[in-house]
Amino acid sequence: MANKRPDNKGRFGAYGGRYVPETVIFALDELTECYKAAKRDKAFKKEFADYLKDFVGRPSPFYYAERFSEYLGGAKIYFKREDCNHTGAHKINNTVGQILLAKRMNKKRIIAETGAGQHGLATATVCARFGLKCVIYMGEEDVVRQRANVEKMRLLGAEVVPVLSGSRTLKDATSEALRDWVTNIKDTFYIIGSVVGPHPYPMIVKDFQSVIGKETKTESQKRFGKNPDVLVAAVGGGSNAMGMFDAFIDNPKVKLIGVEAAGHGLNTKMHAAPLTKGKPGVLHGSYSYLVYDEDGQVMLPHSISAGLDYPGIGPEHSYLKDIKRVVYKSVTDKQAVHAFKLVSKLEGIIPALETSHALAYLIKAKKEFKKNQRVVVCFSGRGDKDMDIILQSDK
Amino acid sequence: MKNRITTYLNNLGNRKLLIPYFTAGYPSLKYTMEYIKAAESAGADFVEIGIPFSDPLADGPEIQFSSKTALDNNLKLNDIFSMVEKVRKQTDIPLLFMNYVNPIIAVGEKKFLIRSVNAGIDGLIIPDLPIEESGSMRQIADKIGLSMTFLVSPTSDPKRIQMIDKATTGFVYAVTVAGVTGANKKFSKSTDDYLKMLHKKLNHKFVAGFGVSNSNDAKRLSKYSDGVVIGSKLIQIIREAKTQKSSIMKIEKFLKEIRKTLS
Repeated sequence: MANKRPDNKGRFGAYGGRYVPETVIFALDELTECYKAAKRDKAFKKEFADYLKDFVGRPSPFYYAERFSEYLGGAKIYFKREDCNHTGAHKINNTVGQILLAKRMNKKRIIAETGAGQHGLATATVCARFGLKCVIYMGEEDVVRQRANVEKMRLLGAEVVPVLSGSRTLKDATSEALRDWVTNIKDTFYIIGSVVGPHPYPMIVKDFQSVIGKETKTESQKRFGKNPDVLVAAVGGGSNAMGMFDAFIDNPKVKLIGVEAAGHGLNTKMHAAPLTKGKPGVLHGSYSYLVYDEDGQVMLPHSISAGLDYPGIGPEHSYLKDIKRVVYKSVTDKQAVHAFKLVSKLEGIIPALETSHALAYLIKAKKEFKKNQRVVVCFSGRGDKDMDIILQSDK
Repeated sequence: MKNRITTYLNNLGNRKLLIPYFTAGYPSLKYTMEYIKAAESAGADFVEIGIPFSDPLADGPEIQFSSKTALDNNLKLNDIFSMVEKVRKQTDIPLLFMNYVNPIIAVGEKKFLIRSVNAGIDGLIIPDLPIEESGSMRQIADKIGLSMTFLVSPTSDPKRIQMIDKATTGFVYAVTVAGVTGANKKFSKSTDDYLKMLHKKLNHKFVAGFGVSNSNDAKRLSKYSDGVVIGSKLIQIIREAKTQKSSIMKIEKFLKEIRKTLS
């Protein structure tokens, strides 16, 4: 099942596709062909694996969160430590893969969108490594709230362009990156940061992130002699979750839970929970769940976590929701901040606000987990970047 | 298919098409109506009415601005349909909607298309709907007599150009340069060659658009095509007019000039 998705039109069930201006189609075709060839090329696979090992630092640790488990009082919680990766999040898995494709296609200029700045940072990092020109689009609001990452990107040689349109967050940064791409389509490679966008991006990003789930599977077999019982991951665009879930999709015994950002609450207009509160629509090139009004205008999302502050979701998640393979839940800003602080104190690991959503769900739903159930959380990133926001929220 | 667009095109002769674009509701729907009438008296052949969208990723700064202004003024789809109904009672000029796909999905494909035809719309241009994703919409449009205009780009290969031509009912829209609307690029010999190539390959009439901002552009592009679309430049004229009222005159004057160079 997992290997049959998407179909050759880039559809996951009804979702996905390529809703983009005509100018972009040839570049998507070109990328699809290049990726197909790269996937068959042993040298490419080896190069990718080598970079994951020596540049990213994989495999990432698989950590038993003993005190957090005790606190919850039931299940055994494990962290798949993507925060230990170079640049501090899962995002680098994908940018390493895509920069190798860009090199293969002989592209000279790289563009990317970023929310929390983790994808921007991961893109700027691989561009520095390969000596390619790098332009990062980032909403002005995010430039302010994720300042440390902006400075890092600049240090790495990237140009960070603040985006002033719309909500001045990830949604508008993505639109602006797409406009740049349409304009510079011949020489520019667009490194999309999540399992969103037109086909083949959701497929490629999932494939590059699927190392998370593969390692989780191997490590679980080694330690428990079987698969974990439950996997939990935060979903913004959905790449850490897809990367974690993919290896287990065909095994229905493994329960999969995605956690969306409920912002100020699902009953307000200030949330970023398309799977819980949206309906299918088209934004940024694919058909998927989306939050919009009766006229089709896309809602300004809200989440305290810049990486989850997006009104859409990757198309495969929409499919997995509809077929009920993954259960999607949500937690509020407040619950996420609480988890952020709690886990920092209990485990000595500061989680990203994105990751804190997955952790907060475990706290919220602790009674639903059975004693000794093995639950693995995709610990998608580290929280250093969020210190300013946490300090603000204390005021 | 027989509608105002196809009938007009069949009787076109050597006339070059002048197609202005206005964002509905910018600065207000009342003005959109006035611009349509002014365009008709200036010798426009069709008018494109842009439905503002929250995330106009194929548009440059001018149309982003006009769309946002209209939406900030709480413009609703229902109001746009009512405006079209009203204007349709006063003129027979072929009208097209230029809009993104999500508002169509929000209303429902069939319902949106039927409402459009009933209001007096003759064709649709959807910049984020490539031919591959357009199957169901084309079927409905065909049945109810709504023309579908697809875009062709300098990056479209010969096979796609042929497919786009085949899918089109009405006329083809040739994007002059890879970019967003209002792209401020100089047209070059390669633009001429591209249009010449399209002229040979396309069975349908085709117009050139994106970045057409003066008579020289219009003259150059219409030499090898069947006409031009002007959008961002008109928004700029409206935006820069000293008073909203004077913008109507300015639009009419500008379009008259273009009309003169085209004929």
